[in-house]
Amino acid sequence: MTTTATPTTTTDTNPGYKWVGTRPVRHDGLDKVTGRARFGADLALPGMLTGAVLRSPHAHARIRSIDTSAARAMEGVKAVVTGADFPMLESEAAEGGEGPVDFRDLCRNIMARDKVLYEGHALAAVAATSRRVALAALAAIKVDYEVLPHVIDVEEAMAPGAPILHEDMITTGVEPVPETPSNIATRFLYEGGDVAQGFAEADVIVEREFTTRPVHQGYIEPHAVVADTAEDGRAVVWCSSQGHFMVRTLTAKLLGWEPSRIKVIPAEIGGGFGGKTTVYVEPVATLLSQKAGRPVKIVMTRDEVFRATGPTSGSKMRIKLGARRDGTLVAAEAWMAYQAGAFKGSPVQWGLMCALAPYDIRNFYLEGFDVVNNMPKVAAYRAPGAPMAAFASETVLDEVARELDMDPLEFRLRNAVEEGIKSVYGPRFRRIGYRDTVEAVRDHPHYSESLGPNQGRGVASGFWFNFGSVSSATVHINEDGGASVMTGSPDIGGSRASMALMAAEELGIDVHRITPIVADTESIGFTDMTGGSRVTHATGMAVIEACRNVVADLRARAAKIWEVDVDEVEWVEGRAQHEGGNHPPLTTEDLAESAAGTGGPITASASLNARGAGVAFSTQMCDVEVDPDTGAVKILRYTTAQDAGRAIHPSYVEGQMQGGVVQGIGWALNEEYIFDSEGVMENPGFLDYRMPVASDLPMIDTVIVEVPNPGHPYGVRGVGEVGIVPPMAAVANAIHDATGLRLEELPMSPVKVLAAIGANGG
Amino acid sequence: MARVFLASTLRRLTGGVEEVEIEAPTVRSLIAELDRRFPGLGEHLRSGLAVAIDGEILADALYEPVPEGAEVHFLPPMGGG
Repeated sequence: MTTTATPTTTTDTNPGYKWVGTRPVRHDGLDKVTGRARFGADLALPGMLTGAVLRSPHAHARIRSIDTSAARAMEGVKAVVTGADFPMLESEAAEGGEGPVDFRDLCRNIMARDKVLYEGHALAAVAATSRRVALAALAAIKVDYEVLPHVIDVEEAMAPGAPILHEDMITTGVEPVPETPSNIATRFLYEGGDVAQGFAEADVIVEREFTTRPVHQGYIEPHAVVADTAEDGRAVVWCSSQGHFMVRTLTAKLLGWEPSRIKVIPAEIGGGFGGKTTVYVEPVATLLSQKAGRPVKIVMTRDEVFRATGPTSGSKMRIKLGARRDGTLVAAEAWMAYQAGAFKGSPVQWGLMCALAPYDIRNFYLEGFDVVNNMPKVAAYRAPGAPMAAFASETVLDEVARELDMDPLEFRLRNAVEEGIKSVYGPRFRRIGYRDTVEAVRDHPHYSESLGPNQGRGVASGFWFNFGSVSSATVHINEDGGASVMTGSPDIGGSRASMALMAAEELGIDVHRITPIVADTESIGFTDMTGGSRVTHATGMAVIEACRNVVADLRARAAKIWEVDVDEVEWVEGRAQHEGGNHPPLTTEDLAESAAGTGGPITASASLNARGAGVAFSTQMCDVEVDPDTGAVKILRYTTAQDAGRAIHPSYVEGQMQGGVVQGIGWALNEEYIFDSEGVMENPGFLDYRMPVASDLPMIDTVIVEVPNPGHPYGVRGVGEVGIVPPMAAVANAIHDATGLRLEELPMSPVKVLAAIGANGG
Repeated sequence: MARVFLASTLRRLTGGVEEVEIEAPTVRSLIAELDRRFPGLGEHLRSGLAVAIDGEILADALYEPVPEGAEVHFLPPMGGG
């Protein structure tokens, strides 16, 4: 079934915007559909060398020695590096994609030192005159390994006697402080009220245990970089990333350089979803280039992307919920353990905070564990930590609703958080639209559509914080009266278009006369990454402020021309107007033409630490058909409602909503890292790691809910992440509706569904 | 006076105290007062935690004003994908 209805619900009066809320073709669209856009791998420089990385075949091994002499002696090999060529850094936290980055861990992740901690862990790299020579050089490097026992499963990694990855890792967050190392990096706890009393008041209690597997962000474009280090020690780095300032900061730190020695030029990015919020090959290419004295290009293969870049965590979770007969949730307990990969830093804490955030629960005890294991260090993935947590919590919520014989959406409305209610993670909510998303799904025609045999319908909700952080923007008025809008935010999801629309609204200039530009690290002020659903909110605020500075200047120029006080000049729809009407209006073109005589070029910048980020909620509904003979689950229809605050460019908001759902469906039904008994990933390619494609799914219906965020001039909330939170539970609840089976393990692949049907006597 | 709520993970440093009232013009001076009352807590709070003031989550908020009667929570650093 295919449907293209895309209604929008809004809770405030029409603000009367001219450009905000319209759907122009994106400014970078033509380049992207014609192949003109340059992605990470597209750059070629004279004399450029090919870099390649030697990766561990073992999941866990001590490196007794690395002999690179044969590789160095090969004709065509211009540089070789190992971990010994990089500074050894100590623990120091800095901001990264998934919270703080520990440089001690990061420097060991980009190039192993004494141990390799996962299959695919980098431990040497070469730069050569061709890929053939580079691969031959890698084959000539002799590594003497002492293979160690490994551990992948999160509960096995937590168990006494498990192979220990880091001999100095002592669990934090527990009392008394342990005296021996373990793989448990940190224990987290959120608690409130009296859980025992809460469960004592409950008429219905449901408790279940869930398992999820690591999944990859699955961006189409592999990591790619070209680095060119000059004789004076300065480097230019071209790469695709979610933050070129992040690449500069981390590369400089990992090489022991001053950041100002490195200029990073952002390439177009072919997807990131959180996975490009850190560095892997960028420091390696830069160091190889310095040693070789020539530009070096490294492009990861798909195999390398799977084996060596961040998936998100697999998990083990137990959730227990209690409710009174009237539908009031009275108590919640959760236990969650997330795989962190080779170094600490799983998103389990955010999982704890998000799992029950949509609900007003006063009695709760939420405990989580960050656990290292022998797989690649996890990286951020859309709403990190929240999707798997919601799979568990929203599945149990569905079961509680059924036990109470309540409609699952009415049950959610009965317990929905609203403005002024304290969240389970602490602060009170400001203005939010959770209830609106539930009502949008409840009132959608889809919800009352009839179902056939072996078909079922499921619903689920999700929460994500969104955040602000630092951004910069510069706006120029061009000689022809158009404008250039420069920011430091890589455009992943259509942010050029949203920046241009907000600038058009502020300046009163046709959006097609605005050129949005993603500027390099030497052309714009520092800007945090494109992540955390922050760009349209935070960088948008910088654009708005820069535009308002430009408008102030334009008014001053008009006042100068008219020889009146600036307070007598208004800016209306792209024109300066004298309040007394004594002068004919001056257009942007007029003022640009006379700019030299009124003070020079018209330009303004703004840099800020954006406050006022508004949290996001999504509620989704899924229809499935389960084949009782094969266990295959087909998605028949899917509707998602999400509070966007204000949709600056509704098409790209819908795209974000649909993209999140599709990735969540893949996580629900197909995707998983499969390891063999030696800890080697068995499915590092898109043939065996099956992501949904367009032909697998119906059109995802979208309902944009607009409850404006009071912290943004246009009411924007981030939209990039929360859409991936509910799908796994929505699909699981739909499968239950179709079959009566509660599946507690992802992915819900045909073999698992069939086994469950068989175990149930089917 | 601001009401400062201390999450479970911080209470090992506060002897189990969950909530305190503090008069402080900025987050920085609020943390200094918390550190005076609970030695060691300041270092923990300054190490990248986010701050929520009346429900608004802020990063790098040391110089942020703390309004009279505000509710203040310390949260893990915010990020995303």
